Amino acid sequence: MKKTLLKVATASMLIFGGIANAADTIKIGAIVAATGPASFLGDPELKTLKHYVEKINNSGGINGQKLELVAYDTGANPKKAVTFTKRLLHKDKVLAIIGPSTTGETMAIIPLVEKAKVPLLSMAGGVPIIEPVKKHVFKIVATDRMACKKIMDDMKAKNLTKIAMISGSGGFGKSMRKQCLDVAKEKGIEILADETYGKKDTDMTAQLLKIKNTKGVQAILNPGFGQGPAIVTKNYHQLKMTQPLYESHGVASKKYIEIAGDAAEGVRLVSPPVVVATKLDDNNPVKKVCLDYKNEFEKTFKTPVSSFGGHAYDALYALVDAIKRGAKTPEQIRDNLENLKNFVGVDGVVNMSKDNHLGLDTKSGMVNLVIKNGDWEIAK
Amino acid sequence: MTELFAFLITGITIGFVYALVGMGFTVIYNSSGIINFAQGEFVMAGGMISVFLIASGSPTILAYILAIIVTAALGVILWKLTDFSKDSSQVSLIILTLGYAIFLRGLAEVVFDKELHTLKPLLGNGSIELFGTVVSYQMLLIIVVSILIVIALWIFFNKTWLGKAMVAASQNVDSAKLMGINISKILMLNYTIAATIAAIAGILLTPITSTNYEVGMMLGLKGFAAAIVGGLSNPFGAVVGGLLLGVMETLVAGYISSEYKDAVAFIIMLLILFFRPGGIFSTTKAERV
Repeated sequence: MKKTLLKVATASMLIFGGIANAADTIKIGAIVAATGPASFLGDPELKTLKHYVEKINNSGGINGQKLELVAYDTGANPKKAVTFTKRLLHKDKVLAIIGPSTTGETMAIIPLVEKAKVPLLSMAGGVPIIEPVKKHVFKIVATDRMACKKIMDDMKAKNLTKIAMISGSGGFGKSMRKQCLDVAKEKGIEILADETYGKKDTDMTAQLLKIKNTKGVQAILNPGFGQGPAIVTKNYHQLKMTQPLYESHGVASKKYIEIAGDAAEGVRLVSPPVVVATKLDDNNPVKKVCLDYKNEFEKTFKTPVSSFGGHAYDALYALVDAIKRGAKTPEQIRDNLENLKNFVGVDGVVNMSKDNHLGLDTKSGMVNLVIKNGDWEIAK
Repeated sequence: MTELFAFLITGITIGFVYALVGMGFTVIYNSSGIINFAQGEFVMAGGMISVFLIASGSPTILAYILAIIVTAALGVILWKLTDFSKDSSQVSLIILTLGYAIFLRGLAEVVFDKELHTLKPLLGNGSIELFGTVVSYQMLLIIVVSILIVIALWIFFNKTWLGKAMVAASQNVDSAKLMGINISKILMLNYTIAATIAAIAGILLTPITSTNYEVGMMLGLKGFAAAIVGGLSNPFGAVVGGLLLGVMETLVAGYISSEYKDAVAFIIMLLILFFRPGGIFSTTKAERV
């Protein structure tokens, strides 16, 4: 009798201990482009995720449960993103996925997460990600459409109504070009030239020459990210072109200034607020969050803060917020993400709803910048 | 009309970039009959090693010299690998170079990092204006160096004993051996030369194109296309091939659409392989298979 009791007790302890263990961690997945052509998006994103998951776990986790991060590196390859997403959904069985880093990869995996009914918090910029709204897809990253609006409002304010565009042909560049063509019509801005370049192109002088020879161009807009805009900027500078050059938030990283060198002086761009955290207005609601993130990131990784890392920070903490409010299953997390209100992230103040899975507005979500002396300055 | 000249000038400068990369292919093909698909990675090595040496405090010129020496050593290692497998078929050796390329790319990713890096232009940021376009001093340097290398290679292979020995060795291995020429050493020297040229190309190109661990792929492919068009048999051909490629690419981007720029290299390669497999300079010559 005693022996049986012992066996039953041990068995039940093991069983319940096992179940308790299994329920002990909250498994979340991450798909990042940590290497490859988008590495300056994915590398700070992965660093941010790992660091803050550790930080959260060190202070007790969420409601006593620890977070477990399962992250995969896609090299910005949409096919790899699909493979790793399948792994996260079916093998790792995560409750939610953060990422991918790029628009192209995100569009590739949306069907998978919709089918599996697992929420996705993308870190990419393209507006097609959340327009039209998909039930399980969210992002707290300013869209390319927002960037177009912010840039074109600035252009109108400076009476620059006839412009030329030169766009990268990667997912983000293509998407932003399309958005800008639409927004231009709304704002009454005329596009006199519309050039493109490949992601790995090493010289854009031919395209810029065409723009230079087009009469009446008052400003140039360059949607894209990675090495493309840096080379466009260098070529533009060499050709001694005088019209103001506007870049997207795709270049909101010190890397761009490093590669473009002196050519970056005077370039205008829009950017998420975290990049100029120290220069924000004191009554800007996001200033504290931005400063905290910036200081912690720079102290830990000894490298300048990047807005892309900021997207990862917001995605993680939005997820944490949803889980803190009692969500345990993917569906519950999704619901809690959808009713996220007044969430102050480094990308702006977020208010999600059934029809709005972005939740950002151009006012708190983006700043106009100009590059002076190799550093960002808030533009007037 | 000035637009045409502007495109031509830009095309020519880009063409020299491809030519500089393509020359290395011709040197190795000439001596061993194989395509070295790691040539692009040698270019990457020249640039990346320089960047990291300078970042760790080395004086610029020393960094460049060390980068060239290290890349040349990487070339010698590749030679040794092909030497071990010298009884393999040429196809196997080509695949060996491909494997070496992938290895170097992975090594760079681990030893350095995955980010973009650049070098300061050697002659400062200035440029000259020509026909409505600009040519930077760095581009001019590339053009001058490419021409100098072509001349140097010509003198070496045609006027020096060692060079002539190498030509002999590639044309008739047995007779060369009978004449006391050490074939192995000859091949090693060829790989060293190819790697050195590539390293110089990498150092000159990085201020313009920036570099990272995978830049070797695209550059290698374009350089290979330039070499194929020029006939693979001599560095001068690589220059002509590169110029043709650069000009065609720029004209297509300028007059048709920039979307098709990349396709130009591959279309030209296909055309050449269909109609003039020996390159544009070939007469009807027997093809080395």
